[in-house]
Amino acid sequence: MNPDGVDLDDVDRALLRALSEDAGLSASVLGKRVGLSQPAAWRRVQRLEKAGILAGARLDLDLAALGFGVTVFLGVKLGTKGRVSLADFERAVSAIPEVQTVEHVLGLYDYRLRVTARDIADFERVLRRRIMTLPGVGNVDANVMLSEERLRGPL
Amino acid sequence: MFDDTDRRILRQLQGDPGISTAQLAERAGLNPATCWRRLEGLRERGVLRGAHAVINWRALGYSVEVSLRVTLDKTVPQAFADFAARAREIPEVLEIQTFLGQVDVRLGLIARDLAHYQDLYRDKILTLPHISDLEALMHIARIKTDETVPL
Repeated sequence: MNPDGVDLDDVDRALLRALSEDAGLSASVLGKRVGLSQPAAWRRVQRLEKAGILAGARLDLDLAALGFGVTVFLGVKLGTKGRVSLADFERAVSAIPEVQTVEHVLGLYDYRLRVTARDIADFERVLRRRIMTLPGVGNVDANVMLSEERLRGPL
Repeated sequence: MFDDTDRRILRQLQGDPGISTAQLAERAGLNPATCWRRLEGLRERGVLRGAHAVINWRALGYSVEVSLRVTLDKTVPQAFADFAARAREIPEVLEIQTFLGQVDVRLGLIARDLAHYQDLYRDKILTLPHISDLEALMHIARIKTDETVPL
């Protein structure tokens, strides 16, 4: 049993594995995969949702085909720490449509951003006009993503 | 290739991937048959690849999340491939990204607690091949996670 008291058995793990491959699977297909009836599979999934373990779904889109050819990870250091409100920065950065994720981190940088843009020129526009002008932004480090793999995790 | 209708559908779907086709049609202002046909078209063209369930690892007892930014020894021709192949074998690694920039590879790693992280770091991460530099960012909070694009 893990510290948070959520006990998973092998069937739960199999369900989570299947749903992380394809969130759209119906209860009857899921049930067949893991050897449960449709209602039993449905009840399991409900339980995993209620426990907060299944937290929605992420759409898998071919971003390049949609015209978003560039993804950049930015490390942002706030320049005037203590004088700028973190909440103000977080609100402003989250409102930028091209910013996909914002994470508050501890280490060399204060925030880690995932930014998507049409191309490098478009990214430069986002960086200069929207990110560098945010309140308190100091040092910014940019890494252009070449490839990405998502793994299923310890299930 | 894409018109405003496709964009409207994908915009709604991004906001709520679990939505039914009937609801989606309503929100995108389409009749269900058209909406269904459009979705099929997007799938056939490979634009819409599917949806993946998001697992809240914290709810499963993984309270530590770390970004490991790795610089590889590029004098070794197979450095990237060797490194990625071994990193893939670590169950706690959730993401592997490669980059053009100061950082070569990023690993998204989860651990149950700091002691567990320390074990993973010492036994599994530091033993990965061809690392020339490594720095860790500890996640404190997720502020925005929707991962949508401005369509």
